[in-house]
Amino acid sequence: MKLTINGKPETVEGSQISVIELLSLKNVKMPDMVSVQLNGTILDRKQFGNAMVKDNDDVAFLYFMGGGSIKL
Amino acid sequence: MIHIPQPVFQGIAEHAAEKAPNEACGYLAGTGTSICDRYPMTNIDESETHFSFDPSEQFAALRWANASGYELIAIYHSHPATPARLSQEDISLANDPDIVYVVYSIPEKVIRGFRVSVHGETGEKLVEPVETHILPV
Repeated sequence: MKLTINGKPETVEGSQISVIELLSLKNVKMPDMVSVQLNGTILDRKQFGNAMVKDNDDVAFLYFMGGGSIKL
Repeated sequence: MIHIPQPVFQGIAEHAAEKAPNEACGYLAGTGTSICDRYPMTNIDESETHFSFDPSEQFAALRWANASGYELIAIYHSHPATPARLSQEDISLANDPDIVYVVYSIPEKVIRGFRVSVHGETGEKLVEPVETHILPV
């Protein structure tokens, strides 16, 4: 299937795949630390195992970004 | 190595000064190792010692980068009162192996970049400095 992942066209094997499987394919080792947007909707992390990505879907994922200046 | 044009560096410094004493943060975007522009982000922690990006704003930044023909190469945040190096908390919360983590220190007026990866066997976080060059106008 053809997907748009983070704004770029990509081809992924199969007719559909769960978000968590797609994150694994994209080598995301800590899926709890990413936010996923599927066709413009930000998913709850609890949906990652059930939400299916299909042909022509637009998926974006970005890591949580945060930190602090204590404990230098 | 990353290259930051002087006007972008100046923008980071001004953003840091504007938000002080709170931490300022944002994305740096460009192509390859060359930063071309920055995308200031809201620090939803509104804190002097912490920062967090707003996820919905992150996706807006990604759309902006794609529309501009850029990649999101780095993130930056300011240390209002401490040196330009990653804190333990910065390291523990750094999970993207593909991005450069840039810190700007207000007292030092210095910017430094780092890459953070996870050791495959031990799970330990590895921090490597990334040469950060400011390009004169």
